[in-house]
Amino acid sequence: MTRYRIAAVVVLLISIALGWFVWSTRNPASPYAFKLGLDLAGGTELVYQADMSQTAPAERADALAALRGIIERRVNLFGVAEPLVQTEQSSAVAANQEYRLIVDLPGVTDVKAAVDALGKTPVLDFRLATTTRVASPTGSTTEQVVFLPTGLTGRYLSKASVQFGSSQSNALGQPMVLLTFNAEGAKLFEQITSQNVGQTLAIFLDGQPISTPTIKEAIPGGTATISGNFTVAQAKDLVQNLNFGALPVPITLQSSSAVGPTLGAAAIQDGLRAGVIGFILVVLFMLLWYRLPGLIASIALSGYLALVLSVIKIIPITLTSSGIAGLILSVGMAVDANVLIFERIKEELRAGKGAREATHIGFSRAWPAIRDGHVTMLISSIVLFWMGTSIVQGFALTFALGVIASLISAVSASRVLLLAILPEGNKGLWRFLTSSGLSGRMPLADTGKK
Amino acid sequence: MFIVNHRKFFFTITGLVLAVAIGAITFYRLPLGIDFTGGSLVEVSYASARPDLSTLNARLAPLSLGEVSLRNAGANDIALRSRALTPAEHTAVLDALSPEGAQATELSFTSVGPSVGSELARKALVALGVVIITIMLYIAWAFRKVSRPVSSWVYGSIVVAILFHDVIVPTGFYAIWAHFTGAQVDTLFLVALLTILGYSVNDTIVIFDRVREHLARDQKVSTHEEFSALVGRSISETMGRSINTSLTVILVLVALAFFGSPVTFSFALVLIAGVIAGTYSSILLAAPLLVPVSRYFTEKRK
Repeated sequence: MTRYRIAAVVVLLISIALGWFVWSTRNPASPYAFKLGLDLAGGTELVYQADMSQTAPAERADALAALRGIIERRVNLFGVAEPLVQTEQSSAVAANQEYRLIVDLPGVTDVKAAVDALGKTPVLDFRLATTTRVASPTGSTTEQVVFLPTGLTGRYLSKASVQFGSSQSNALGQPMVLLTFNAEGAKLFEQITSQNVGQTLAIFLDGQPISTPTIKEAIPGGTATISGNFTVAQAKDLVQNLNFGALPVPITLQSSSAVGPTLGAAAIQDGLRAGVIGFILVVLFMLLWYRLPGLIASIALSGYLALVLSVIKIIPITLTSSGIAGLILSVGMAVDANVLIFERIKEELRAGKGAREATHIGFSRAWPAIRDGHVTMLISSIVLFWMGTSIVQGFALTFALGVIASLISAVSASRVLLLAILPEGNKGLWRFLTSSGLSGRMPLADTGKK
Repeated sequence: MFIVNHRKFFFTITGLVLAVAIGAITFYRLPLGIDFTGGSLVEVSYASARPDLSTLNARLAPLSLGEVSLRNAGANDIALRSRALTPAEHTAVLDALSPEGAQATELSFTSVGPSVGSELARKALVALGVVIITIMLYIAWAFRKVSRPVSSWVYGSIVVAILFHDVIVPTGFYAIWAHFTGAQVDTLFLVALLTILGYSVNDTIVIFDRVREHLARDQKVSTHEEFSALVGRSISETMGRSINTSLTVILVLVALAFFGSPVTFSFALVLIAGVIAGTYSSILLAAPLLVPVSRYFTEKRK
């Protein structure tokens, strides 16, 4: 008994501490404030598809990572607080293997401005010109120039700058763009130029050849110049865009969504209201139907909520409207385990056992069903999480968290609290308090029947 | 015992409900939203009275966006559905939705490319299949110790049959609902279905667990109670808790539907239908089904 009383006090103290933590960090400025998803805080989500058709399969993951870094830099220039850039590969079940880039811009509601700011990023790559014989429909073969990707792309670029031609050969005073490669890019560039002397190494910008110089000799040192017929303004623009980040692969906008701040604020309000009302309804039901154990379960449920909310704040899990729905749903399910246990205890009481003994047996007998039920719910939430899109994952995360916390709360908190206060026997007021349903005399009346 | 004795009657009723649901899905069909088909959804709000839809349609016509559907929503909102819009078209649409004297404020804008949509649909089907198979395997494993008179695979298979029922009934309900309200199937609908899969099996497990417990005790003391009587006893012992556990979930779902965000309204509605279907199917269908199935197996063994 004393053991359970100490444990009960500990459980209560932990719950109160967690509750205090949740309450004290409610201010949005707090480092542990709820992280709100775009649908609640307002903002824009852009989904780009990366075209990997020109990239070797082995290099795709790298290219995607490089793409992400560059877009991140771009987004930061755009001036958004806490942007999020993620990459995603379409799942194995998709018809086509697709590579996506998901850009979350909280607070931004002008989709077009965001797309324009991100979309200016040029795609730069170097291609070797080779001639191949192509069979024409008439049967004769013709020679055709094709450009083969060399693997040297904008991702190896460390810097671009404007230069003006200084010698006769470089068209005096003509603006040119000087590219400086990083160490890896310099090595690649030297290798390509040394192996293909005499051939044309074309520089492609956004899929168009802008300069087609011929390689005269191997070029060490990792610099190259593009001498297209630029005006000074064009050269400066290109340099600026290249410095912001030349994309290793071309991207196209696939989906976009924007939520205005009013809709998000309303969704939070509604979610909060639904949560509070749902919680009160469940507590009322538990109190009216299960009386004392119902009260214990309600206290355990409050502790459960404090635990789940704290974990959401600490990890942190980004809350979305579907996530809030998952949370509210899990409140209803969290009492399930308690109901199973209480019904079981009731049965043992009917069989004439004392309150404490009935509680012990009730918990151990209810356990297999509780375990199996929770496992199947976890299976669902794991599969949901795998399905991927943010709206589904938001739900799956809070739901899974709720299922796990409900398991903990039912088999530890409710149990300890109940055992801490129940007497050995089952008489008088205690019998009324631990019985359930509409009649206070049910346990006694049923004892003989069994 | 009542339910086991009159199981044919209850089987007929659930069969009828199932037939109505399948009929609704076949004839009304599920209207797929842009999450699956690709396309755009623009929601705008007006400070004063919203303009006539015909005015707006006329203003939208020159943009040649293909088929555009305009709908009044809420008190002063308008929702526009069309094919996927480019950012430039989106700006033009917002402009067209703001005739003189009625400035539209954009509440939300969603544009989904067609390939994303088809991938989601494919993923959803795979996810449903994976959940059903995993749950069946888990139940077969969890009930491995009770293989008499029916093998643990039978429990798993009945659970799966019940799962199909529990998914088809709310889907049929939603098909009817969508037919009359113009609601569409979105990602949250799928989330609701998958949640039902995970949750509704709960009640079935509670009853099967009780059957499992009685069987184990019978084996120990070697009383040989008639299997159908044992199942009947298990049902009446667990009925109260099955109803009560569902009731708490329905209470919060009702709160979510009527006080929660409009975004999650149909989500809550589908879940309510699913939880109700899951509860009656476990009481009236799952456990009673054990009886004819066990009879079939014992006769085969002879």
